[in-house]
Amino acid sequence: MITLKINGLDVSVEKGTTILEAAEFIGFPIPTLCHMDGLTPYGACRLCVVEIGEGKKAKLVSSCTYPVEEGLKVRTSSKRVVRARRMVIELLLASCPQSKTIQDIASTYGVRTQRFKQEYDDCILCGRCVRMCEEQMMAKAIGFQNRGEKRSIGTPFDTKSDVCRLCGGCMYVCPVCELRCTYNQPEKAICGGCANLFAPCVEKDNFDDMMCYMNPCVACEIPKE
Amino acid sequence: MKSTGKKKKRTVISDEPDNCTEEDVKEADILAIVRKHDGARGGLIAMLEGIQQKYGYLPENALRILSNATGRSLVDIYGVATFYRSFTLHPRGKHLVTACLGTACHVRAAPRIVEELEQQLGIKASETTPDRNFTLETVNCLGACALGPVVVIDGHYFSKVKTAGIKKLIEEARNGFPDEKMLEREFAFPVEASCPQCHHSLMDAGNIIEGYPSIRVDISAGEKSGWLRLVSLYGSRGFESEHELPVGESVAFFCPHCKARIAGTTLCTECEATMAGIRIGEGALLQICERRGCDGCRLELDAVKSQV
Repeated sequence: MITLKINGLDVSVEKGTTILEAAEFIGFPIPTLCHMDGLTPYGACRLCVVEIGEGKKAKLVSSCTYPVEEGLKVRTSSKRVVRARRMVIELLLASCPQSKTIQDIASTYGVRTQRFKQEYDDCILCGRCVRMCEEQMMAKAIGFQNRGEKRSIGTPFDTKSDVCRLCGGCMYVCPVCELRCTYNQPEKAICGGCANLFAPCVEKDNFDDMMCYMNPCVACEIPKE
Repeated sequence: MKSTGKKKKRTVISDEPDNCTEEDVKEADILAIVRKHDGARGGLIAMLEGIQQKYGYLPENALRILSNATGRSLVDIYGVATFYRSFTLHPRGKHLVTACLGTACHVRAAPRIVEELEQQLGIKASETTPDRNFTLETVNCLGACALGPVVVIDGHYFSKVKTAGIKKLIEEARNGFPDEKMLEREFAFPVEASCPQCHHSLMDAGNIIEGYPSIRVDISAGEKSGWLRLVSLYGSRGFESEHELPVGESVAFFCPHCKARIAGTTLCTECEATMAGIRIGEGALLQICERRGCDGCRLELDAVKSQV
């Protein structure tokens, strides 16, 4: 067992536990985005930063990848931590403003505006879907490609993958929902799940007063024979 | 005369990409490359390099075969192939034009150079001309910042390039850089060779190779023995020999005058074969690898220093 101090409280946890798990165990909330139980820690989003050490040696580390050490002093919401987190949130908002998950985190931290050039990406490259596909679904159908500002997630050669079983796990775990259904482009289809949905408009001849609240509707975009 | 020469060259070039279409990817070739690297996990980049060397780019089929052969997922291989700038998934043109856009080149108007290149070639950066003659790429630094803006065409480095000179550069590349260009390069200077044992000159003025007197030595390899003439240009690998020397075969060098073995003092750092030591000028020792096809060489100036 290893004993460490989190926000002044002594915690004893087993060796190999991460700071994040220890903090959750004792009840200090740490916001996370790329972390998910059952997937290997990744440390990509930096939202879970905490401050360790004291005085001049104090530094920020990502708690989801940092294993506990004997006598470690952790502060999960010091001024410095909160400032760093707000910065991360602003940057995340700048890239993916329409994500509900990120908006929720932002409102928790009182971030109402962001100062950066607004982009409307649909991916924060947290790698959750990649790890889900590899570790839980054992498929390895999607992965990172390119690098730098061109880094993205997708199937090799951007075509339908041979090993993808259309499980939809990647979409399920996505905090911004990058891998949206692309049924109207079957060549690049990743999920195709909507093909199983019963869309009223497909059989609208049977309805006198059919109304559709979806705009645009996926079913409308499926090419008609 | 010049124009006909150009035309001839162009037809040759335009035929070439047709030789490396997707269908031409042979499974056996890929498997041979995989075997060469034992299909080891760490050998992925080496295998991709092998494939790229063979086809000039990484064909989709080749990557799929590689994935099956090594048991690595296609995602991993594709990730690595797209991560590194030196790999390309699309066929490159006959001539590769690389413009540096690093900080030092940037402030010396490299973006204008790229614009000019784009305009002259009629393509955007990282594209290939429709006739598959030129591929234009940008890099972020070539490590030659003092020479900026730098443009590299087919391995030839051009420093302090000006927009006005680009048309000429492209024209030169289209015609193929003449071999004399190589001779003008700094490292290709002629050397005077002599035997390290008897100090007798090994120069053979009667036999000129590549415009300079050749270096004549006797060689023996297994049962065979005979003469070998090396190009006396430092940096050049050309030679003539009495016998056919297969690539990879190691031969022993002897002085034609004192018949002594001209052995070097160390083993080749590239392939660990024995090296031959030739006395250059006033006592420097040039060691060259005795294995055909190996570029290993080592120039030792200590001998000169001790004399001075």
